[in-house]
Amino acid sequence: MSDATAHATPTPKRSLYTEDERTRRRNKAETRFRAYGIAAVSVGLLALVMLLISILGNGLSSFRQTYVTFPVTLAAERLDPAGNRDPAEMARVTTFGYLPILAQSYIDHVENLGIDHDIGPRDMAAMLSEEAPAQLRSMVLANPDLVGQTLTMEMLVGGRIDGFFKGRVTMESAALDRNVSPEQLLLAQALVDQGAMETRFNWSFITSPDASDQRPEAAGLGIAIIGSFYMMLVVLALALPIGVAASIYLEEFAPKNRLTDLIEVNISNLAAVPSIVFGILGLAIFINFAGLPQSAPIVGGLVLTLMTLPTIIIATRASLRAVPPSIREAALGVGASKMQSVFHHVLPLAAPGILTGTIIGLAQALGETAPLLLIGMVAFVREFPAAPPEGFFDPASALPVQVYNWTQRSDPAFVERASGAIIVLLVFLIFMNAVAVLLRRRFERRW
Amino acid sequence: MPLLWIVVIVLIIGSVGFVLGRKRAIASAGGNARILHSLPNYYGSNVAILAIVPALLVLCIWLVVQPSVIENTVTGMITDTAASDAGARSLIMSDVRRVADGIEAAIANGALSSGDARDLDSDATDIRALLGQVGVALGSDVSPNVLEAAQRYRTLSATGNTAMTAIVLVLAVLGFAYGYMRTNKEFRARNAVEAAILSILMLASTIAILTTLGIVMSMLFETRNFFQLYPWTEFFFGLEWRPSFEGGSDLGLIPLLWGTLYISIIALLVSVPVGLFAAIYMAEYASKRVRSIAKPLLEVLAGIPTIVYGLFALITVGPMLRDYFAEPLGLGTSSSSVMTAGIVMGIMLIPFVSSLSDDIINSVPQSLRDGSYGLGATQSETVKQVILPAALPGIVGAVLLAASRAIGETMIVVLGAGAGAALSLNPFEAMTTVTVKIVGQLTGDTDFSSPEALVAFALGLTLFVLTLGLNILALYIVRKYREQYE
Repeated sequence: MSDATAHATPTPKRSLYTEDERTRRRNKAETRFRAYGIAAVSVGLLALVMLLISILGNGLSSFRQTYVTFPVTLAAERLDPAGNRDPAEMARVTTFGYLPILAQSYIDHVENLGIDHDIGPRDMAAMLSEEAPAQLRSMVLANPDLVGQTLTMEMLVGGRIDGFFKGRVTMESAALDRNVSPEQLLLAQALVDQGAMETRFNWSFITSPDASDQRPEAAGLGIAIIGSFYMMLVVLALALPIGVAASIYLEEFAPKNRLTDLIEVNISNLAAVPSIVFGILGLAIFINFAGLPQSAPIVGGLVLTLMTLPTIIIATRASLRAVPPSIREAALGVGASKMQSVFHHVLPLAAPGILTGTIIGLAQALGETAPLLLIGMVAFVREFPAAPPEGFFDPASALPVQVYNWTQRSDPAFVERASGAIIVLLVFLIFMNAVAVLLRRRFERRW
Repeated sequence: MPLLWIVVIVLIIGSVGFVLGRKRAIASAGGNARILHSLPNYYGSNVAILAIVPALLVLCIWLVVQPSVIENTVTGMITDTAASDAGARSLIMSDVRRVADGIEAAIANGALSSGDARDLDSDATDIRALLGQVGVALGSDVSPNVLEAAQRYRTLSATGNTAMTAIVLVLAVLGFAYGYMRTNKEFRARNAVEAAILSILMLASTIAILTTLGIVMSMLFETRNFFQLYPWTEFFFGLEWRPSFEGGSDLGLIPLLWGTLYISIIALLVSVPVGLFAAIYMAEYASKRVRSIAKPLLEVLAGIPTIVYGLFALITVGPMLRDYFAEPLGLGTSSSSVMTAGIVMGIMLIPFVSSLSDDIINSVPQSLRDGSYGLGATQSETVKQVILPAALPGIVGAVLLAASRAIGETMIVVLGAGAGAALSLNPFEAMTTVTVKIVGQLTGDTDFSSPEALVAFALGLTLFVLTLGLNILALYIVRKYREQYE
């Protein structure tokens, strides 16, 4: 290397500890670069935190609901004019027939408590949820002997009053709001002080069906959860066997030829097709061509199956590939057929990986919204679907679609409901992912 | 007979076949299972497969084919009289189907005897009222023509169902008998069963092709219908998007495409720098502990459903951008805007970009780094001048994949971008995208013969081609320019 030394320009002698201009610049650039990296990671984490705060902050209150408790006198002459307690006859009294009874009992109760107010009877009735008379009616029709008795009932309070206790409605906003007045809020506060009204945990948010635009306080997730559950059953029943079968063929048996190449390219492309395109497929093939009913979990399940298949196939093939060839060779060596070596030895060893992949695929499918919009899952459904298998063909909703549905409504109380629904959805997702992680930790084998 | 029962009966025949086939095989070997060619269970499985698989296959095909055959026959009865164009015909067909279902329901209900049902006369009885009783509401009175078609529909489906039941059950029994007859100790049952299983596996793997085919065919078919109603030049080059269900709508693609691209560009401007720098930091700088915490947390972002991001855009990001940027700057008063959707979509894509780039950066061999450090480069100089150039094809591929994600994303733009199509540069204005309009045109009750509904299929096809093109380009770049390391 004598050449190099000959051509090197002699540098002035100085200590390595004194930083010259160029080194300082380079070190600064280094620090800056590092800071960019930290900033990028922080931006990502900050976004996650903001997202969670926004959802939790808006949604947690939907798990609490305000109820008012008061004695209701079920006047026989109003509810059962024929007087024979025949449910068929009593069904002629509509919800509007129950409203005055409920309102009167409520007004009487407020008077008995000795709370002063100057609210007209109409506005007093408006403090109760529009759902309350309907609940009372279905209760009475289910048990006609209640007529004539006086029962202490817990009734839903209107959405605005409920919003007052959750901070969504204030005295100022109430003064501008046509649906609620500050006097009503004052009365509600007085009732709370007396213990007649309380805000407590709200099971019906999880169990009851959706409610109409004017009754956010009664809207629940029951049908959406069942619909999502049915769809997941369909996806599991179809995508797991088909996906595993396809992967076994491609990984273990397929000859290298045009057809298998085509299949492989297809699978990787399907994984990247936008989800809404699968919705169009479902609409065109399953609904318009095959004539399956709209809004049915079976159609949603089929569409999500097609979407989930690539995920499951990719995961399954990876875990089949991870099983070392020595296992197959050992099986073949003791006289097993190729099929026996795969089904008796390779597949059981790959099972944890396959399960993990399946659960992650299911979690993806559970959160998918866009394709379901196209196959009519946005419909307003009040009737619970039947038990499977007929229930697969009944109209139902799905969790993410219910969220979308609620964001399209005008009452701001539905924003709270939508965020609450997302919390439920996220809890399911966290649960599924945790199971997947646990399965992987517990059963995964390194060879 | 209900479908479920047919399936159950076939399965019962199959399981009986398994037991009997196994018995017969052992009996043919004189009770000594060792002289059989295959294990006894294979003989049983062989019989069961022969009984079940052909029968269920025929059942599935029948279920798919029968409705369209009946539909065609019955539609043939109507065309000559009432309806000439496809839309009116499909309306009449749905009436026919409803009347037929209603009559069936009335018979099941006891409101009508099957004899009466056959002799129904639209002049003599008020069929609309009759069907109203059993919960089938009709829009108009039933014309004799429709009633006749409905009766024909009923008889055809009844015959079809009987024939299906008979044929499926006979097939199951025949398969059972054939398999049972063939069972003796010489028969190579394992080979037969394995061949059958192999073909089932093969069939499963073709589902991917069928899905792609289904996607392409369904969209091509409806897109052709659309272009028969609406000139394709105006679709591809039209600058106005103004659908109106009374007809005479402008259905130009350009404003939707502009909205899609604008939002995607903003999303990429957010996600690519953040994702890339995060990946570099994680791969090159972060200590093991930081990495083990931050990486999974970032990946949580990828597991969150898009509807959650949509709601986040709608209730948090949108109002925030409007109050702090758009209104003070006088750029707009809408909380849904290109910016809102773009930023939130960018957040969604951060983990996508970062985990892909992370893998690529990690696959650059350590020797390149060591060489660079040995020459006296700092860490950042190594990243910028050695690692990034080596990883560039992969990173470009990742960015293209992210772009294809952004273009196809639906829920964020449905909730965050707005619904009005606009050709503007203002990022705080509401714009709309291809996906939003697909949802908008196809949600709810749609009439599949109007261009306003059919345009969604043309949009879908455009979207499919666009994303597919980006994916293929990404794969191509990665394959072509990837550095091969030993």
